[in-house]
Amino acid sequence: MAAPRLFRPAARLLSSRLSSTPLRPAFSQTACAPSVLRLRGYATETGAKEVTVRDALNEALAEELEGNEKTFVMGEEVAQYNGAYKVTRGLLDRFGPKRVIDTPITEAGFTGLAVGAALAGLHPICEFMTFNFAMQSIDHIINSAAKTHYMSGGIQPCNITFRGPNGFAAGVAAQHSQDYSAWYGSIPGLKVVAPWSAEDAKGLLKAAIRDPNPVVVLENEILSSLTQFDRLLYGQAFPMSEAAQKNDFVLPIGKAKIERPGKDLTIVSLSRCVGQSLNAASQLKQKYGVEAEVINLRSVKPLDVETIIQSLKKTGRLMCVESGFPMFGVASEILALSMEYGFDYLTAPAVRVTGAEVPTPYAVGLEQMSFPQEDTIVNQAAKLLRL
Amino acid sequence: MLSGSLKVKTTVPWTRLFYPGRRCMAHVADITDIPTEDDKPFNVPIPEESYETYNLEPPPLTLETTKGQLKQLYHDLFMIRRMELAADKLYKEGKVRGFCHLSIGQEAVAVGVEHGISRDDKLITAYRSHGTTLMRGATVKSILGELLGRQDGISHGRGGSIHMFRKNFFGGNGIVGSHVPVGAGIAFAQQYNNNDSVTVDIFGDGAANQGQVHEAYNMAKLWNLPIIFCCENNRYGMGTSAERSSAMTEYYKRGQYIPGLRIDGMNVLAVLAAMRHGKSFVHAGNGPLLFEFQTYRYAGHSVSDPGTTYRSREEIQSERDHDPIAVLKDKLIAWSVVSEEEAKAMEKEVRSKVDREAEEANHMPIPEPRLDVLFQDIYVPGSEPPQQRGRTVDETCY
Repeated sequence: MAAPRLFRPAARLLSSRLSSTPLRPAFSQTACAPSVLRLRGYATETGAKEVTVRDALNEALAEELEGNEKTFVMGEEVAQYNGAYKVTRGLLDRFGPKRVIDTPITEAGFTGLAVGAALAGLHPICEFMTFNFAMQSIDHIINSAAKTHYMSGGIQPCNITFRGPNGFAAGVAAQHSQDYSAWYGSIPGLKVVAPWSAEDAKGLLKAAIRDPNPVVVLENEILSSLTQFDRLLYGQAFPMSEAAQKNDFVLPIGKAKIERPGKDLTIVSLSRCVGQSLNAASQLKQKYGVEAEVINLRSVKPLDVETIIQSLKKTGRLMCVESGFPMFGVASEILALSMEYGFDYLTAPAVRVTGAEVPTPYAVGLEQMSFPQEDTIVNQAAKLLRL
Repeated sequence: MLSGSLKVKTTVPWTRLFYPGRRCMAHVADITDIPTEDDKPFNVPIPEESYETYNLEPPPLTLETTKGQLKQLYHDLFMIRRMELAADKLYKEGKVRGFCHLSIGQEAVAVGVEHGISRDDKLITAYRSHGTTLMRGATVKSILGELLGRQDGISHGRGGSIHMFRKNFFGGNGIVGSHVPVGAGIAFAQQYNNNDSVTVDIFGDGAANQGQVHEAYNMAKLWNLPIIFCCENNRYGMGTSAERSSAMTEYYKRGQYIPGLRIDGMNVLAVLAAMRHGKSFVHAGNGPLLFEFQTYRYAGHSVSDPGTTYRSREEIQSERDHDPIAVLKDKLIAWSVVSEEEAKAMEKEVRSKVDREAEEANHMPIPEPRLDVLFQDIYVPGSEPPQQRGRTVDETCY
């Protein structure tokens, strides 16, 4: 069998059209230099300030609305109510009802309408109150948006951003608590990003809006909700670097970020699970002196295979942590890729920590058993490392 | 009724039954003072029974046109018919893969709509889209080439029968009813850009029962979008008749709060006049309209459907008395717009043009079976992912 051409993409990336003639100036190294190892509570570097994920998203939306007349925000309760999770707070006052549009509760309808507007040349930002409701309109995301450029032989682009909270939330039971990363991540024609930190949220949302293709931005409710969830992720504050505070800050779609370097184990994760993985990595260090490398995927599609395999090459051990259903999920894909591209580097079987194969239960104890917890990650890592 | 009809045997293929040479029995109104020049306007009458209205003033019962335009209408109707027959032939030769939904019998809708709007107006339709694509300015060979899956087909062999696009034409769409809100979005963009044009959003009677059609009506009225929803009612959604699928078959009234108009969709002049009327109504800021074109498809739902299990031969036979091409031809000859000989000459010219272009399409190259060709245009050029996976790791395209 011919050797898989893992390192070909590395070479190609350097010389690809994307990097030689960047679509966006912010693709440059300075703007997206990895801010190495930022654990929670770490000292802020000069000029950095604490920003919640919600405010980072709000800032990204405001900046893009400001800079591009073709963009508008559309969704349920985005305008007068200021957003169900307050992500769009203040945008109506600032940009007016033409640019910030409350829709009826009509997901299939307004998603189709937003896609139509994109086909006609606008750059809509279509908000779902949660991605659970987007199941009503997934036909438009996939059939009307993702496939049209290809089916038209390249003459009909569709520049649209679908965004909203995704994944496991707290105490809302099965219909409001599902992770769709694998669903959208499997569709050719879509790009899918899943931010964790405030910098991720701002840089990836701006990149999504500027990208000429349909992009799905899977935020996490826990990262953005108010009141009783405020300690959770939309309301969670992260340090934001000076570079990220500028209005030209954009992250490249398709590049993962090493949140914590390490040599003993590679933990690949996304969205809220990145935070859990980082905490687990600290505990592993504390308990066992193990240095785990934590990769924040940032982008589900395209997937940064290169960064994962480079890390695997260094550590020899791979663990994937995500909150989706285990079968046919993001973790399954990463494990498969590790077989295809990194089999020779593996010194132990790659493992995954995922959501359980169960409709999310309501009761707190059961809910906790349905999603990765920090001790789940630590224990699984210890087992993998035979500690 | 159906069971009796099932037993009817016929030896004549349906494609032969509906020739425009057949005379229509309908009465043609006399008009005098027809100018000799091709470009001088004059009025032709539209029969009153062509329209039924719902909260809307009916269109005027005369249509201002020219001899040139009338000839063009006939030319276009005939061209679509010949192209569809050519597609049918290619399908039966085993050269067309998958879908092939023919609009034979429904040509007056595609032609009348296009002549009633301008090229700046936007149009989106469902899967029975060959005629509409042609009317939006595509060539016969690019459409037939697409059916044959060729690199020089209109979508470079990536879309096939249903998925053809052009400037201001947003396709053929394959998920029944789902393109209706997409059309509302196109109209939304026109309003957003303060654009004067309107959107024509065509769907079938089958699609009319999809929930999101009504979601689109609601938003279009709520936001006063410049759109004409057009229900192209050919009386069957696949094999299910309108009566068997719809609690109310007056589709032009099903927008409730949207004014509606039912139009004889077999009369291209009535369609044209209605579109002009509708466009000026929408243009004046009155919000959306809901049109219903009553038409009939002679062929089956798609070429694989003989179209005879759910309707009677008699029904199809009686519908051909209203054949849109024959109806117009009768008028043009009665009004001395064309002579019988001129019409024949025009038909001959169209026939040979379609045959020629079908032959050219047959000689178009197929897309090269290479990975870079396979993966081309999934994403906008310049923004592609660094790698796209083929069937195996080795077939990954970097």
